[in-house]
Amino acid sequence: MPVYFLEIIVVTLGLLMLMVDAFAKIEDKRSIAWIGMVGLLVVFGLLFAVKWPESADGAFWQFYSANDQISLFYKGIAVITTIIVLIMAVDFRHIVVAQTADPEKGAHPQSGLGEFFALPVFACAGLMLMASANNLVSIFVSLETVTITFYILVTYLRRNVGSLEAGVKYLILGALSTGFLVYGFAWLFGITGSMQLAEIASSLADPEVNSAAALFAFALILVALAFKVGGAPFHFWIPDVYQGAPTPITAFLSVGSKAAGFIIFLRLIGPFLASDVLAEKICLVLAAIAGITLIMGNLAAMPQKNFKRLLAYSSVAHAGFLLMALASAPTKSAVGSLSPAMVVTFYLGAYLLMTLLVFLVVTTVRNSIAGEEIDSYKGLAKRSPFLAFMLIIAMASLAGIPLTAGFYGKLFVFKMAADQGNWTLLIIGLIGAASGFYYYLKIAVPVFFATSSDDGSGEEISSIPVSAPARVAMIILTVAIIAVGVNPNLIITLFS
Amino acid sequence: MSILEIIVFLPLLAALAIGLGAPARFIALSASVLVLIMSLVSAIQFSTSIEGTMQMVSTRPLLEMDGFPSLSLSFGLDGISLVMLLLSAIVMLAAVLVSPKEEELERNPRLYYLSLLLIGGGALGAFCSTDLFFLYAFHELALIPTFLMIGIFGAGSDRLKTAWTITIYLGVGSLILLVGLILAVSGLGGSTFNIEELTALASESPMASQMQAWVFLLLLVGFGILVSLFPFHSWAAPAYAAAPTPVAMLHAGVLKKFGLYGIIRVALPFAPSGAEALLNVILFLLLGNIIYIGLVTIAQKSLDRMLGYSSVMHMGYIFLGLAAGNELGLSGAVLLMFGHGISIALLFAMSGWLREKYGTLDFDKLGGIGKQVPKLALIFGFAAFASAGLPGFANFAAEIEVFIGAFAGAEDGFGWIQWATIISLWGVVISAVYMLRAYRSIFMGPIPKKVEAPGDVGWNTRLPLLILLAALMAVGFVPEILNQYIRPAVMVILTAVG
Repeated sequence: MPVYFLEIIVVTLGLLMLMVDAFAKIEDKRSIAWIGMVGLLVVFGLLFAVKWPESADGAFWQFYSANDQISLFYKGIAVITTIIVLIMAVDFRHIVVAQTADPEKGAHPQSGLGEFFALPVFACAGLMLMASANNLVSIFVSLETVTITFYILVTYLRRNVGSLEAGVKYLILGALSTGFLVYGFAWLFGITGSMQLAEIASSLADPEVNSAAALFAFALILVALAFKVGGAPFHFWIPDVYQGAPTPITAFLSVGSKAAGFIIFLRLIGPFLASDVLAEKICLVLAAIAGITLIMGNLAAMPQKNFKRLLAYSSVAHAGFLLMALASAPTKSAVGSLSPAMVVTFYLGAYLLMTLLVFLVVTTVRNSIAGEEIDSYKGLAKRSPFLAFMLIIAMASLAGIPLTAGFYGKLFVFKMAADQGNWTLLIIGLIGAASGFYYYLKIAVPVFFATSSDDGSGEEISSIPVSAPARVAMIILTVAIIAVGVNPNLIITLFS
Repeated sequence: MSILEIIVFLPLLAALAIGLGAPARFIALSASVLVLIMSLVSAIQFSTSIEGTMQMVSTRPLLEMDGFPSLSLSFGLDGISLVMLLLSAIVMLAAVLVSPKEEELERNPRLYYLSLLLIGGGALGAFCSTDLFFLYAFHELALIPTFLMIGIFGAGSDRLKTAWTITIYLGVGSLILLVGLILAVSGLGGSTFNIEELTALASESPMASQMQAWVFLLLLVGFGILVSLFPFHSWAAPAYAAAPTPVAMLHAGVLKKFGLYGIIRVALPFAPSGAEALLNVILFLLLGNIIYIGLVTIAQKSLDRMLGYSSVMHMGYIFLGLAAGNELGLSGAVLLMFGHGISIALLFAMSGWLREKYGTLDFDKLGGIGKQVPKLALIFGFAAFASAGLPGFANFAAEIEVFIGAFAGAEDGFGWIQWATIISLWGVVISAVYMLRAYRSIFMGPIPKKVEAPGDVGWNTRLPLLILLAALMAVGFVPEILNQYIRPAVMVILTAVG
């Protein structure tokens, strides 16, 4: 099956879900989500049956990279994320309905839920396209497909002020960053005369290239991309948006959007790094951004009291580690060192497992516990040992404890930095990782240490129900985290 | 599966089974009994006639990649790791035996035993690994369980603070260690994580001496934090005092030895000239452990803290053995790691029992209870003698070796190390002072009015105490039991160091 069929199938699936929502008279709109999940599972299977074109001559292949194993991996990340986001969305439906449904008579009691299930599928198609984009135009189009979908999804809880506020912030800043991106693209086109990444790379590798103009283009693009992946000092939207958005959408932003941002980052930075004139300066800028991101993300995460906000800063911190890998890209002469593409891709694979696991727990807990404050998790170990265990595994992995997937990610990054002699960055990274021990384990204090007698309210302790799909997903993710933590090859073979 | 793989994975699988709902104490107990039996079997199978190479090796390659050292899940034993394996297995069984029964725990008995098995299994894995990555990774397995154990089941009102202190302290230590290990592996060519191959590389094509000094310094600080080397010791005593008894036994008895094991197995062979350059620093720090911490120990007013500080203090002797850098000193250090591990576990087991029965461990609230608990008093006396280094116990044999090893070479003139040895000898006096003082204020003298007799130790507690005591005395009378394993392995390390 030709590779671009994948995106076509996903878009069709999204349209199908919308049609079912509009025309089929169904009582329980959860079935729309089931359609999406089953369809995406089929797409995931099809990822392994992809046939690459024999020649990449046609006009289409100027926009869509041919024969690119790593893009399949990123498509897989998009599909898995979307499936798990749909699982979370189903668990989250009561809150969506409560904050969107029309109180007028005659409306479907679950009106508004159908689109909440269908939109992530469209975003997924955009993410998949982004993984294969090899042209400034297709990069831009796919990026905006995703971003515009997210504008809607973040604001989805229209009767919730927090969600609206998050949406407006995201919209304004997102539009601004898009402006930077387009401006940068324009400069890049002006310097190289091409929209195609391969041709841009060969133009930039020319030692006669106008380096001032190229660096200006790079700076503009960097601003936009740092915004997308949450790199400091363009990360200020992240805590507010993550906290205000519906939790499944926060997870989607945190994993899908970040992964897609990084593949674009890798593709756009590649041409600049290939140039001897530019590489050194670019690595310096990247190192500075990585350092600030690590400091801001990790230190700001420590005092957080809201769990979603803490996860938002943690996502900034992880962006810092990923940028650290990019900033430690080996110079051309270095043979046999880790490639940033490999390290970033592995890191994102591991990051997907642990972040989605946390958000699955958060969404499930949210059904039984009213708040998202860290203190409101008091006594979770008693109410649901299963969830408490899942949470501690995910936190251990995020903190980078050995024998979990997160540790290898950090180890690869530190190894790269050490190989390149980036000592300052390495020390900042270590401080970041050390503070991670504190803020990730902080959640264990209310979950495990608080006794019910600390509560004082005398509330009856009930167990927390976990829906079957969420339970299955959590177990699969946990097993994957530990298995990858022992044998990283499980992920690496998927993309090399 | 090789016997070592079973030894390492059995506790982890048992922990999983407990997590899934199997009867906690029964599973934990059977797992640790099986581990001890298999460790003894591997000690019997271990051949002392083969010179020094790793035995019972099993290797499963995991990762071969450009720019990253090859990684494999591999286990193997030499004489030093065998002794550490035996120590871990014995202390783990004793720790499970003294743990309260499920119904005696107010909450979460599953988590209690699960954490215990993870801590023990991590130690077993670390000592059996011949791959640097897993040596590091298995040790870290204890980090979160320790945090949870102290936070949930610990004693004292500031246990939360203590739980954080030990977690952050050890977390930071392990990160420093990680950087040291990455540098060492990169400096040695960055082609493998296999410790034997790295050791061979280090003697064939050693790192530049400045690089060695950096690597050794990072490893010394990283491992030193785990060992509570002065001045990185401040986490240890409060943590042991707050921790539940079996955790204190495992941590002070076994996990702490991991840092020393790492110095012997990794830091010395990889960066020998770095070790030489920093020798005087080490001597200074170890005197800090022996003399300064020794005096701090004397000043303690409760048994648990005193034991905590005493275990910090004794690390100084082991460092002295390492600093000696000869066969006698190094094998004495390994033997002392075993002897100290067993004796401190024994002491913590009894202090835990006393805390539970009498509700306090303050010296001025206890007294004269020797009449109420004569059997415990007897065992405590033995353990105190062992800890103070009296003949008949493993610690004595080991300390003698350490002192003679460190003093060797005096005929060619007194160096720093000979002076350090002489000062260290005062540590023996200090140990005797605080141990005997503790014994007197707990077991002798008049009984304060408030103390009621709880009855002497039952077989539940007596059994683990006797197991530990037997190990201590067997090695004390016939040190050759362990020395036959230690000596060839030490020779290999010394040849590598050169």
